Amino acid sequence: MSKSSLKQTLKDLETKKISIRELNQDYLKRIKEKDNLNVFIHFSEENVLKQIDNLEKDNSAKKLKGIPIAIKDLFCTKSMPTTAASKILENFNPTYESFVTQKLLDEGSIFVGKTNLDEFAMGSATNTSFFGNTINPLSKENKPLAPGGSSGGSAAAVAADLCLGATGTDTGGSIRQPASFCGVVGIKPTYGLCSRWGIAAFASSLDQAGIFSHNVEDASILLQSIAGFDQRDSTSAKVDIPNYFENLDDDLNGKTVGIPKEYSIDGTPMEISQIWEDAIKVLEKKGVKIKNISLPHTKYALPTYYIIAPAEASSNLARYDGVKYGFRSDEINSLDEMYENTRAQGFGKEVKRRILIGTYVLSAGYYDAYYLKAQKVRKLIADDFNKAFKECDFIVTPTAPSAAFPLNEKQNDPIKMYLNDVFTVPASLAGLPGISIPFGKDKNNLPLGIQILGKHFDEQQVFNTAISLERSYE
Amino acid sequence: MNNLIKGEKHDWEMVIGLEIHAQIKSNSKLFSSSSTKFGSSPNSQVSLVDAAMPGMLPVINKYCVEQAVKTGVGLNAKINNYSVFDRKNYFYADLPQGYQISQYKYPIVGEGKVTIDFKDGTSKDIRIVRLHLEQDAGKSLHDQNPSKTYVDLNRSGVALMEIVSEPDIRTPDEAGMYISKIRSILMYLDTCDGNMQEGSLRADVNISVRKPGDEYGTRCEIKNLNSIKFIKQAINYEAKRQIEILESGSSIEQNTMLFNTSTGKTRPMRNKEEAHDYRYFPDPDLLPLQISEEEIGKIKSSIPELPDELKNKFIETYKLSNYDASALTAEKQTSDYFNETINSDSELKIHAKIVVNWITSELFSLLNKNNLDLNNSPVSPENLGQLIKLISTNEISGKIAKDVIEEMFSSGKTARQIVDEKGLQQVTDQGEIAKVIDEVIAENPKMVEQYLAGKDKLLGFFVGQAMKLTKGKANPKMLNDILKQKLNKKN
Repeated sequence: MSKSSLKQTLKDLETKKISIRELNQDYLKRIKEKDNLNVFIHFSEENVLKQIDNLEKDNSAKKLKGIPIAIKDLFCTKSMPTTAASKILENFNPTYESFVTQKLLDEGSIFVGKTNLDEFAMGSATNTSFFGNTINPLSKENKPLAPGGSSGGSAAAVAADLCLGATGTDTGGSIRQPASFCGVVGIKPTYGLCSRWGIAAFASSLDQAGIFSHNVEDASILLQSIAGFDQRDSTSAKVDIPNYFENLDDDLNGKTVGIPKEYSIDGTPMEISQIWEDAIKVLEKKGVKIKNISLPHTKYALPTYYIIAPAEASSNLARYDGVKYGFRSDEINSLDEMYENTRAQGFGKEVKRRILIGTYVLSAGYYDAYYLKAQKVRKLIADDFNKAFKECDFIVTPTAPSAAFPLNEKQNDPIKMYLNDVFTVPASLAGLPGISIPFGKDKNNLPLGIQILGKHFDEQQVFNTAISLERSYE
Repeated sequence: MNNLIKGEKHDWEMVIGLEIHAQIKSNSKLFSSSSTKFGSSPNSQVSLVDAAMPGMLPVINKYCVEQAVKTGVGLNAKINNYSVFDRKNYFYADLPQGYQISQYKYPIVGEGKVTIDFKDGTSKDIRIVRLHLEQDAGKSLHDQNPSKTYVDLNRSGVALMEIVSEPDIRTPDEAGMYISKIRSILMYLDTCDGNMQEGSLRADVNISVRKPGDEYGTRCEIKNLNSIKFIKQAINYEAKRQIEILESGSSIEQNTMLFNTSTGKTRPMRNKEEAHDYRYFPDPDLLPLQISEEEIGKIKSSIPELPDELKNKFIETYKLSNYDASALTAEKQTSDYFNETINSDSELKIHAKIVVNWITSELFSLLNKNNLDLNNSPVSPENLGQLIKLISTNEISGKIAKDVIEEMFSSGKTARQIVDEKGLQQVTDQGEIAKVIDEVIAENPKMVEQYLAGKDKLLGFFVGQAMKLTKGKANPKMLNDILKQKLNKKN
């Protein structure tokens, strides 16, 4: 089965080869068939049909008119509940639409549902969700695989062809790693390219919205739709958004690729080293100069990330206190008890673990040793990249240290789970754009991803390299 | 000046520092566009940001930043080009985010000072450590339901300036003068409405006691005092409490105290061990605040004359005492009123001292009695000017003038109208005065005898009688002179 692309579908809709209704009926059918994957936290056929009705009455031209899109359930949406995969927001219905989803609505896309994720985006396997695991659509019978995380639902939705694109958020790899696990394209743009307004916060200085799609062209179309300055987000960037799709250019002749030696890690499976080498060879053939670079502080990236992200999360999640909205425990005899029981019962294990870590590293007496030091190291990591990018136009690495692992494999070993982010976290700390594209398979025929990192706001180069590799791989 | 207070065993000195929370006068909140209007119905001025809904982000209100810079300039303080918003993390029902956005390591305004003036003409500088911007919390309403607490978020997110002083204050009076001075500066700048009753200006007081010359003692902090009277009461009570403890041989526990306004006593709220760990860290939702010298310059040039400048101007122009000038400039409405009065007639300038006295004693006491303030005074500056002119030209006596101003106050008529209608002009006709004096002398032969026998004090009796006959209108000096003359002739 060859999945139709967003680009092709737009053409088919335009030439009336297919109607919006027919198109979406097809997706609805598949969504219902694949119910066992637990891709969606919220799915309502009625809601989709209503959107189709409305679009049929709408005569205006819209860029993504009728295109079925899945939304990670971290984006606040007016027409569907928003849970962040947490019990604490189980029945939360926002009265507002996030910046990113509003842009997609303005362009006429249809939201097929809200996809599953790790609770508050904390996880790498979509197994910390209050609503259960999502199953990787590439799993073989009786051997369920993790889709990666935290945006595992969105990655799986695209992989299972339940939509033509999906939104995700990436804090330390939450788009790129599941894209790699599910064999789809996932881009995390530069920090600040897409407004965070209306996305339930995990770690504010790292959170960034992005896109999953079947291919690079589709990703370039969708990213352009959700990017842009928003005065409601003080960290949103005032930059011109190029037409990534129109500007796609797979001619890389004369460009320089940086290959960071620190990304060769002991214990990385052969197949992953192999696809990395393959990618480099392809680039070399295309006239790209290969430059061995060093990002010396890479080894500190994971510990740095696992201090900064929980620190911010411990504060960001303080608002879920049972006072104003969301879940409130029934067992309340005092204000303190309301907090304790609400948060003890409302948050899952991983979220509580990170709140504890974050609270600890910000505590008086520990702040300097942990948080402040981590901020300094973060700066060094960013400087590493700045230096490297003086010598190269983009950097190519593997996306993740493994292919999709069996569901529940690393459930009880948080450290092993955290190691999944080893290749994605450094760019997150530096705020750089990164894409993961499928590039080869392991011995079990599971997809492996290649990551391309670019300079700040140089998404175009990231896309250009990605499409060049994608075309050579096809 | 002796600022010491007597204990049972020693003399003690108070060491006091104030943290003043001043609500910024602005239409919208520090990080959201909701209105800041006081007294609106509960939760009617709450945006998604103020209620800390998921995914909502703060955006700095530039006007509030300008107000803080303005205030910094007014406090003679250093304006920092670079400042950072931090999160102060703690849980409370009326703190929707679970943290307050404040400034910790890098405040927007650094060191400054203000001057307070004493009655004896001396003055003292109180140093300011810093001024920073922060959000106010909402309000917990405990009195709406016997078993439930309600939360009103109207105040949640309103901009506050926290102004922290050095521990330079030594007496409750100085504390009162300091907060009055800060209030005055804020009101001149129009950066805070200064309304202590509504909570726009409130203070935490840090106080310790020591034997003169000793190191600072352990301090306690009294939270959230919203009147100068309470500040003084709380300091007095707390100082006594600490002295009693120290003199009994115990030591002070570093506590946060609450002041009970009905009993006038302080009681501990929490001790040092129970103190919150606020886990301050830079708010990742907000970029550091950068203010250029150019922007600071622009704000500086927009600043009106401040009380101290005005005070010096009054001293120089009108030869007023330091104390009079500072009383006049304590509130903008007073200095405005004085300016309008004295400028209403060119001849009043040489009588500035009389103008000050009439404003700060007669007019103020009438306003107080009637629960009014200068802004709604029934006596306009022009009318007061006219009254003072009548006094200074001897048309009416000061004593008569006191009756006249009372009538001006109640009827709204001008001084001239009242004086004309009632014929209150001073009698300055020598013959007329002499006639009255003759009458008084003729009617009191015994008194005259006693006076001539050396009882000089009786002069006052004759003056009084003569005044009575002229209904107080006789020019007092002329009356005195003629009276003495006539009595002495009898000798």
